[in-house]
Formats: sequence, structure tokens, C-alpha cells
Amino acid sequence: MTLLSIEGLSLDIHGTAILRDVSLSVDPGQIVGVIGESGSGKSMTAFAVMQLLPNGAECSGRVTLSGHDMLTLPESKLCALRGDEVGMVFQEPMTALNPIRTIGDQVAETILIHEDVSRADALARAREALNRVELPEDRFPLTRYPHELSGGQRQRVVIAMAIALRPKLLIADEPTTALDVTTQAQILKLLERLVREDGMGMLMITHDLAVVSDMADEIVIMQKGRVVERGPSPAIFANLQHPYSKALLAASGHIPDRVTADTGTPLLEVRGVVRDYRLPRKTLFGAPVVINAVRGVSFTLERGESLGLVGESGCGKSTLTRAILGLEEVQEGSIRLDGQPVFDGHTANRAVRRRMQVVFQDPYGSFNPRHRVERLITEPFHLLDTPPKGAERDAAIEEALTSVGLSPSDREKYPHEFSGGQRQRIAIARALIIKPDLIILDEAVSALDVSIRAQILDLLAELSAKYGLTYLFISHDLSVVRSITDRVLVMKSGEIVEEGPTARVFDSPQHPYTRQLIAAAPKLPDTSAA
Amino acid sequence: MLRYTLKRLVSLGVSLAVASVIIFLAIEILPGDPAAFMLGVNAQEDTLNALREQLGLNGSAWERYSSWIGGMLIGDFGTSYTYRTPVAEMIAARVQVSLPLALYALALSTVIAFPAGIWAASRRGSAADVSVMGLTQLGVAIPNFWFAMLMVLVFAINLRWFSAGGFPGWDAGFWACMKALTLPAIALALPQASILARVMRSSLLDTLSEDYIRTARAKGLTRSQALRRHALRNALIPVLTIIGLQFSFLMAGAIIIENVFFLPGLGRLIFQSISSRDLIVVESVVMLLVFAVVVVNFAVEIAYALVDPRLRARG
Amino acid sequence: MTDPRVDHLPPEAAPIRTWHLAFRSRNLVIGGALTLVFVLAALISLVWVPYDITRMDIANKIKPPSVVNPLGTDHFGRDILSMIMVGARTSIAVAVIAVGIGMIFGVPLGLWAAARKGSLLDEVIMRANDLVFAFPALLIAIMITATFGPSAVNAIVAIGIFNIPVFARLTRSGALTLWQREFVMAARVAGKGSARISFEHILPNVTNLLIVQGTIQFSLGILAEAGLSYVGLGAQPPTPSWGRMLAESQTMISFAPHMALFPGLAILLTVLGLNLMGDGLRDIFDPKLRRGRS
Repeated sequence: MTLLSIEGLSLDIHGTAILRDVSLSVDPGQIVGVIGESGSGKSMTAFAVMQLLPNGAECSGRVTLSGHDMLTLPESKLCALRGDEVGMVFQEPMTALNPIRTIGDQVAETILIHEDVSRADALARAREALNRVELPEDRFPLTRYPHELSGGQRQRVVIAMAIALRPKLLIADEPTTALDVTTQAQILKLLERLVREDGMGMLMITHDLAVVSDMADEIVIMQKGRVVERGPSPAIFANLQHPYSKALLAASGHIPDRVTADTGTPLLEVRGVVRDYRLPRKTLFGAPVVINAVRGVSFTLERGESLGLVGESGCGKSTLTRAILGLEEVQEGSIRLDGQPVFDGHTANRAVRRRMQVVFQDPYGSFNPRHRVERLITEPFHLLDTPPKGAERDAAIEEALTSVGLSPSDREKYPHEFSGGQRQRIAIARALIIKPDLIILDEAVSALDVSIRAQILDLLAELSAKYGLTYLFISHDLSVVRSITDRVLVMKSGEIVEEGPTARVFDSPQHPYTRQLIAAAPKLPDTSAA
Repeated sequence: MLRYTLKRLVSLGVSLAVASVIIFLAIEILPGDPAAFMLGVNAQEDTLNALREQLGLNGSAWERYSSWIGGMLIGDFGTSYTYRTPVAEMIAARVQVSLPLALYALALSTVIAFPAGIWAASRRGSAADVSVMGLTQLGVAIPNFWFAMLMVLVFAINLRWFSAGGFPGWDAGFWACMKALTLPAIALALPQASILARVMRSSLLDTLSEDYIRTARAKGLTRSQALRRHALRNALIPVLTIIGLQFSFLMAGAIIIENVFFLPGLGRLIFQSISSRDLIVVESVVMLLVFAVVVVNFAVEIAYALVDPRLRARG
Repeated sequence: MTDPRVDHLPPEAAPIRTWHLAFRSRNLVIGGALTLVFVLAALISLVWVPYDITRMDIANKIKPPSVVNPLGTDHFGRDILSMIMVGARTSIAVAVIAVGIGMIFGVPLGLWAAARKGSLLDEVIMRANDLVFAFPALLIAIMITATFGPSAVNAIVAIGIFNIPVFARLTRSGALTLWQREFVMAARVAGKGSARISFEHILPNVTNLLIVQGTIQFSLGILAEAGLSYVGLGAQPPTPSWGRMLAESQTMISFAPHMALFPGLAILLTVLGLNLMGDGLRDIFDPKLRRGRS
């Protein structure tokens, strides 16, 4: 019997159509992956199964879980099923747990809700569940609080809560999106193991094709609230029918055309940079805590090349970026652009800083919402001794906007009138406008949908050729780095552990950490061997 | 936890010390010589000096400050210029009215506000919610002394359920006193309850939209179970701050309410002392009130740490 | 004069381009209308009042509301409607200037503290704020006005002083959130210093918070002024004041309730109007992103 069967599900929220005629099914022991970009309705499908929809939601169609018709059951029966028959894991582990209750309590609660057992028994079973998710007792007693755990550990607790009663179906909504690459691999492995051990069916929702193609038995591709294609994995990838699916696959593995302009002359030289932070002391009389964010980093970036810097969160790459940009002073070492130091004593050297610019990650936070585009992109003029005025300024604005694919009339608009991808283009225009030598891209495409990401990467490649730009590309996403860089640096705990040409580092990594990183990165299905 | 408590204690001590200095300096710059005030304009210089000596008005600022502080620490608040009785006695007599009044009002306010706020939040957007919001809007806007006057008109003058003012003294019996304090407590409690209900509601609404509530529902908790077991305790944290602040407002509001109801509390004492330039009394009463507020805030911060383990860890 | 109400506005929001959006909020419309009534009454009273309130007319004393005197007369025969109009002037002027004091001193302090977060300056400002909050505001206002003499000006100063830490704290907390935003880092990359950034980027994006809080402090100022006048420490005769009108009416309340009713209503409605306006403004400023999870 099919475990979960969704037939013709349509969903409206306050009159807006969210899902249209969605059909999919999950058999016991089967992993079904639902893939879609933002706005595809994939998460809403999951919420519809659990009937945890927001106010104003109206469903039609059929959703059958183990024979129960979810759309017509009264709330009390639904409560009985949730946690017992079906468990759910969410996207944001940092906020998924109640901060003022212990993890033991929270896991035991799942049991106590559904079964009439003593508290001691429930806690014992909670201990078992936590052991199953690889949180052993010695380091993770039941009395731990969530704030004492990392993101990956918290997600394990959430998983423990979801599987404590061995449900028949597990729904995972983007469970690893907020996690580091290596942690992501571990959590995915854990999920797979639990599913196989308990014979659960799993509905796995993600935007990342690579993540799901490995794990899933069947794939469902969604776009704008509809299912566009379904089929067994990995066979489906060799034979995609729908144009959107094909575009999605192409974009996921997209490699922009680049011309490597190897001039061999060094542009940015970083030597022995050390950056420490002092945190306020924890105890009344203890020593202040010192964090060594960057510990003796050295590298050279050559003019015209595109250098990647990969590392997971906390490795020090953001600190290093700020030091290069002249936003923070370093305790030791030197950073020079074309021989000129970034810091002159304690003040940043303007002549040097105007030759570097940056593009940030968050298209929604990068702009002052009260300024128009023209004011936003001309902010770097502040670094020039004689900023252009009048017609010259207009010409500069126009050139910047057209070269990133926007129209000159966009200068009058406000940022909220643009989509995420367009806002990143504006950010690139801002970085370009004073014609710097070096542009630092700090996770610049990480927050974008896959198809938009491909377009922006193309744009970056084009601009680099047109303006002779040098890029420092910082990212945690290995596949992106692989597609756009010539050389790559791998950073861990404040140090560079490996460095070399991109292809070489990815194909035959030397350092154990690099190996771990490459192995953890999910791989796209290989469609060449059909 | 210990570390946290110690830090808070140190902070409390510092606040009190700084407050005492400020109060002392403020009183210093009050124009008017208490001795001249008491003896009249035509008094002789030596008589004035003798009186000043007696009142402890001579001596450097530092001497007077330290004797004041030293006295307070052992319970000696000095002697009133006007009444020549120990200030401590006067304060003690008045506190017997003001403190029960404040507590009564605080209790009323909490007992009304908590259920109202929780009810409104759990039925967001419904008629119940709208009416609670409407009533609290009114409650917040009413000047409490005006409300007191209206209550006197209705309940004391017309219905004769309560007397229009005055306080019989604790010898007359517990219930007689509570009856005398009821209308004043309601007048004080009304705006505070309104504010508290709104804060409770908004804090609970915020908490209900947090991710861990969704996780709780996914485990199978009903809406009301999720509210009671997860949302409520978390929502209390900001509410505790407000209760702490409320105490401060109650102390202040009581000063005016005591005027409406002719209650012999600290408020009346302050007014009388200010107009008769009885500085010792003013200093001590203000210091006492500040002390009460600071201590209550300290208690609130300890309560936080008991509720929220993250604060205990941060120290 | 401190307001314990918690504010939930995210500091920055897209600017309101079309003001017709403002009419969508019922709170704003009703509140605005109520407030406007009293502001207009105050302004009109500068040039005209129905009756001259400086003259007494004992023959006409304590008349209930009638066609001639819509709100009745007081114990000196003065027309209560006229007195309320002039009293509006006092209350509004005191409250507005007190808010002005709070903003002029509090906002720069808050911006400065946020720009120098963690430094000694920040600590000092925060501790000073906390200290002011520790003093019961009304008590101190009473002391100040009693010490330096009761008058409208002293009432303004007393109330204004307590507005300063409110705005400082609010500005600082809004500013701190904004300092984390990437557009501020972009400005730093463009070589701008903290003073410039505070001015160009931070301040415009906290104005929404300040406007909402401003209306709240305004309403609290009106209540405070009324309280001070009631105990005789606010504006002195002959300047009329709603609070004093209430004090004077107290002994006569059983046979002349209208004397106590109308000034109190005036206070209530003005404060209510301002609070509704504040709520309404908060509604429009908040990008309606509240997740409606069930």
C-alpha cells in the first residue's frame, strides 16, 4: 500500500494560488525528492501533508497518509498522527528548538504526547533516540540546552524528536540548507541510514539537485506551484522531458565561458596576516577570551585571474575579507595592492582602497531601502578625490547599469522594486562604477536561485573579460567555486591548508581537510553516461 | 548562576551609590535654608547657626553625605526638621499605607492583565481580541486620578459602597483597611493592567510565530498545548521587565492618587516635606523609593535567569 | 514618562511613496482625526475663543451644559469649552516641547553609542540611561517643579529629561541592528566614516521607529503634564490647564460633575488619539511580513 498519496492537490492562501494540481506518492521505504526553486511551492506541499498551513489556507484534492484522508480529518485526529505516524524536520535548526527547555525534555515530549508512559520511561527512550542520531551521552546528556549545541547538533536533536516514535513517513524540508558542507553530508547520511533502518518513507524537499539526486529513489520537479516532471532517479536525469527541468539541470552544472587572462603579475599580496579578537571575559577574574580569527595567512593574487577562497563558517574568511578591504586592521603581517599597503599607519589608504570593491551576499540587505538606485551605485565615488559630476556622472551611471544588463531608466527606482537577481546586478554595478582593479565577491551568488545564479556567473565572466577585472571569489559552495575560478585556496580555522589550480585541487586534493570537503560536496548526476 | 547573581549585586550596589550621590547633590542645590525657614526671617545669626549645628547642616558636603549614608545603613534616617521626630518613624508609619497599596494594585493589575493578554493572543483577530485591544486602549489613555475621581463620584458619593477617602489605620482591622485601599488600588491598577495586557499579548504573539512552536505542532501538540507548554514561559521574559518597571510607576502614581483619596502615605509626606523644606525627609523618602525600585529590578533580573538558561550561561 | 511598551518595528522599511496608503489604517485615520481636533482647538484658541476666560462671571457660575455654554460653566462662571480650548494649548505645548527635548538630546546620544558600541562611551551612556530609568519619573518631576518653582517651563524640563533616555535607548537599539546590515558595510567600503554613516544611512532608517515612539511619548507627556498640574506643580494661574481644572472641580464633583467630566474627557481623547495614531503608523511602517503560521 502506498504510504503517502497526494492527488490533485491545490492550495490557495488568502486567494493567492500557491499549488495547482500537485500529485506525487511515497511508498514505504522509498525516498522521494521534491526539487524546486523559490516560489515553487515545495515547502507548502510538505506543510499541506502535515496540515500545518498558515491562516487563510484552503486546500482541495486528496492527501492520503496510511489510509487517513488528511484534508478532512478533524484537528484532534491530525494531532494524533503528527509525531507518531509522520515526523517532520525543518530548515532552520538554530531556531527549531525551544531555548529554555532541555533537549531531553523536548525529545521525551514527543513520546509523552502520544503514549501513556511514565516520564522516566520517556526520558530513557529519548536517550535512545539521541544515541541513534549520533549524539552520545557523554557529550550530550539529556540536560543540555539548545544554545550549547551547534547548528548541525541541533538538527540532529530535531531529527531525534521526529523519529522517536518510529513514524512511517519522515518529511524533511530543506534540512541541510543552513548547514556547512561537511555537516550537510553527515546529516544526509544520517537521514538515509535512519530511513533504511526503520523502513520509513521519506519526502525530501530541497532546491539543490545534487543533494537529492544521490539519495532519492524518485524525483519530483516543481515549478510555480505545479509538478512539471516526475520519475525514478537517477535514470530521469538522462532523459528529462520538460524544458524547465532541462534548464534547471543545465543551470546547476553551469560553467560560464571564461577567458583566463594570465598575466603573471601579482596584484594583491597578503603576507603573514594575523587577526585576533578579544571577547569580554566570561568569569569575573578570568583572562579575556582571545579568538584567533586569522593565523598567519599568505597568498598572492595575480592580475587578471580569478582566485577562489573556500571554507566553512568560522574559518576566518570574512575576517580576512574585511582586512583586505581596509575595514579592519591586522595585528601582524601586510596586505599590499600593487605594492602599496592597504593601511598607512592606522588609517586606510584611500588610493589603494579605490582600486578594490566588493559584492556581498544578501541581495536584500545590501542596499539602504530609502535610497534610489543612482544614489546607491554612486556611493563608491566617495573614495575618489574628484568625483564626477553632471554629465560625466550620468554617463558613469548609465555605463554601469547597462553593463550589468539593467536599463539606465532603472536609476530612478528603489531597491524593493527589483528581484533578488536584479539586486545582485545592481550590487555589481556599484562595485564596477569606479573601475577597480580587484572585485571581492563575498558569497555573492549563494543566496540566489540556481537559474539566476547561472546568469550572474555568466555576467561576472563577461565583465572580467571586458574590464580586465581580477576576482577574489569567496564561497562555501564548492560547485560554484569550481566553475568560475582558476586557482583556489582552502581555509580552515584561520589558516590556508591547501592552494593550487582549481582543477587539480578538486580532482586530487592533498590535505585531509580538503579531501573531506570535496568528498562531502554533493555531486550532480552524471548525465553523460546514459 | 552564582556569577550572574554576583554581577547583578555589584550593579545594584553601584546604582544605589550613584543614585544617593545624585539625590544628595540635588537636595544641596535646593534654595532655601531650613533653619531660616523654621525660625523666621528675623532670627538672629547666632540662633540660626546654633540651629544649623543642631540639625547637622554645618560641615562639608562630604561630611554630611557620609553621615547621611552611614545613618541610613543602620536604620537611622535622621530627624525631621519640621516635626522633630525620627524620620524612620515617620516613614514607617507612611509605608504601612503605601506599600500595601502598591502591592494591592500590582496584584490587581497582574491578575487582570495576564488572562486578558493570553486570551486575546490565543484568539488573534477575533471579537475577543478586538475588544481586549479596545478596552486596553482606553485604559491606557485614562488619567488615573480622573478615573479615581469618577469612581469616588459613583461608588462613594452615589452608591455609598466605599468611603470617599481616608485610611482607618491597621488597628481598625484588615478588611476595613483593604476596603479603604480598594478604590485607590483600582485607580492605580487600571492603566497598568492595560499596558501589561498589551505587552503580554504582543509578547505571546511574537513567541507563537517562532519556529519552535511549529516544531511543537509537528510533534503532535494541539494549538493550546503548544501555547501553554512552549510559548507562555518564553513570552514571560519581556513581560517580567514590564512588571519591574510597573513597580516604579506604581510608586510614582501612588503619590498623586494619595492626594485624591487623602491617604496618609509616602506621597503626602513628600509634598508636605517639599513645601516645608524638610530636606532630611525628602532625601530619605526619595532614596527609599529609589532603593525599592532598584531592588525590584534586581529581583526581575534574577527571575530572568531562572527562566532563561542562556542568561545563566552568559554570566 | 518612560514607556514600557515594546516596539516591534524592524528599523528599516521601504519608504512610503504614496500617502494614500496612510488611509488604509483605521487606527491612523481615527487617531489622527481625534488628535487633529485638539490641535486645531489649541491653534484656534490663539486667535479666538467663544468666551473670555480671564473674566469671571459669578452670576453664571456652575451652570450645566446648555446651548449658550455647550460644556457648562465652572465655579467662577467661566465657560468650560473655552477653558478646554486654551488648556489644550498648554498640554500640547508642554508635551511637544518635552518630546523635542527628548529627541534632540536622546537621538544623537543613541546614534553615537551605537557607532561606538562596546566602548567606554557606550557603557557610560547605557548606564546613565539605566540610572535615569531607576528613578520614578513622576517623583523626580515633582521634586524638580517643587524645587525650582511650579511653572509650565519647569514641567517641560522635568518631563523632557525623562524622554531623553527613552529616545537614546530606542535609537541605539535600532541603530545597532542597522550597523549589522550589509549596506552599512558597503558604505564603509566606500570610505565613509561612522559619523557620516550615522547621518546618511542609520538616521533615515530609524525615523520610523522615532515617529512611532514620538507619538507615544507625546501622549505620555500629556498625561504627565495633567498629573503635575493636578497637584499644583504645572502651569500656574492664570494659564489654564486641564489638570488644574480637575483639581479645582474635585470638591464640587457631587453637584457639578460636568466640571470634572469634560477636562478629563479632553485628556482621555487626546491621549487616545495619539496612541491610535502611533498604532496606525506602526501598522503602515511594518512590512506586513508576520508569518501567519497556524
